Amino acid sequence: MEIVTNSSFFGVFLSLGAYLFGLWLQNRFKKAIFNPIMISVALTIAVLACFKIGYIEYELSAKYLNYLLTPTTICLAIPLYRRLELLKRHFAAIMAGIASGVVTSMGLVWLLSKAFGLDRQMYITLLPKSITTAIGMGISEEYGGIVTITVAIIIITGVLGNMIASSVCKVMRIHDPVAKGLAIGTASHAIGTSRAMEMGETEGAMSSLSIAVAGLLTVAAAPFFAGLL
Amino acid sequence: MKYLKQFWVIMTISFVSEALNMLLPLPVPAGIYGLVLMLAALITGIIKLPQVEETADFLVSIMPVMFIPAAVGLMDVWGVLSKILLPVTVITVITTVMVMTVTGHVTQLFMSLKKGGR
Repeated sequence: MEIVTNSSFFGVFLSLGAYLFGLWLQNRFKKAIFNPIMISVALTIAVLACFKIGYIEYELSAKYLNYLLTPTTICLAIPLYRRLELLKRHFAAIMAGIASGVVTSMGLVWLLSKAFGLDRQMYITLLPKSITTAIGMGISEEYGGIVTITVAIIIITGVLGNMIASSVCKVMRIHDPVAKGLAIGTASHAIGTSRAMEMGETEGAMSSLSIAVAGLLTVAAAPFFAGLL
Repeated sequence: MKYLKQFWVIMTISFVSEALNMLLPLPVPAGIYGLVLMLAALITGIIKLPQVEETADFLVSIMPVMFIPAAVGLMDVWGVLSKILLPVTVITVITTVMVMTVTGHVTQLFMSLKKGGR
């Protein structure tokens, strides 16, 4: 077991293998439930639990995947740049779309928190659930949420968005590629965006844009919503 | 050499963005500064598309796996999370579906208004 817990490669080996297995399942069965991220996470957790390997030991070697996240977020500017014409042409529609999504997200969290009788701490913890992790953590901390739970819920939201994006767009009749991208990015940040990228470059570019714009709008609107409960 | 240079450009912007994140008292992560910087550099022509394109496309294409470690971290907060599972699940599902729907339809509405106005 020390070979595993002292390894510099085990985490990446396991994560990539689990993801490839998820991709294979998805190709084999063509069902949204076989979402590669969901499957790889579940499989990785199962393997760790089976062999009694702690998260800390896994993270020791899996962190190199995490390391690439900031450079990769920056690279989302490239598909966006290739679709710059669309951004210019539909600027008002794009901003209106993202702003409406941000207000919907925070407004619904407020309404549903009241409905469930959640306390203020839990409400704040949930408030930034649709935006990118780093910004969401900041908001949760600033207004008195539980940061680790905020991170968990942001990730769950992202994975859910990644899974249901295609079906929601189809059922709700969101057919324009720009609208699809914005919808996915505003609802489920970077994890959703990785799904939007697979749909097409326009979807991916618009989803990338939403990560930044929705994140910043949420920062701006947070003082107001934090005061509601 | 091409990939090395491209990776260096991306790392340069990463480093500058990280510095901005540390120096400026705003809750903006390095990745967001970097996205804006990279876009600005491309628009102004400081960076040309061929100087970053292939490496950037490669990184974006493998992006999903970068979320696995953080998501596996859910196993460590499961104890707390399982106690509030029902409200959290309901809130997450409803808001995610509704945010997608509202964002998509508001965008489509504005786009069709513009088309109609012409």
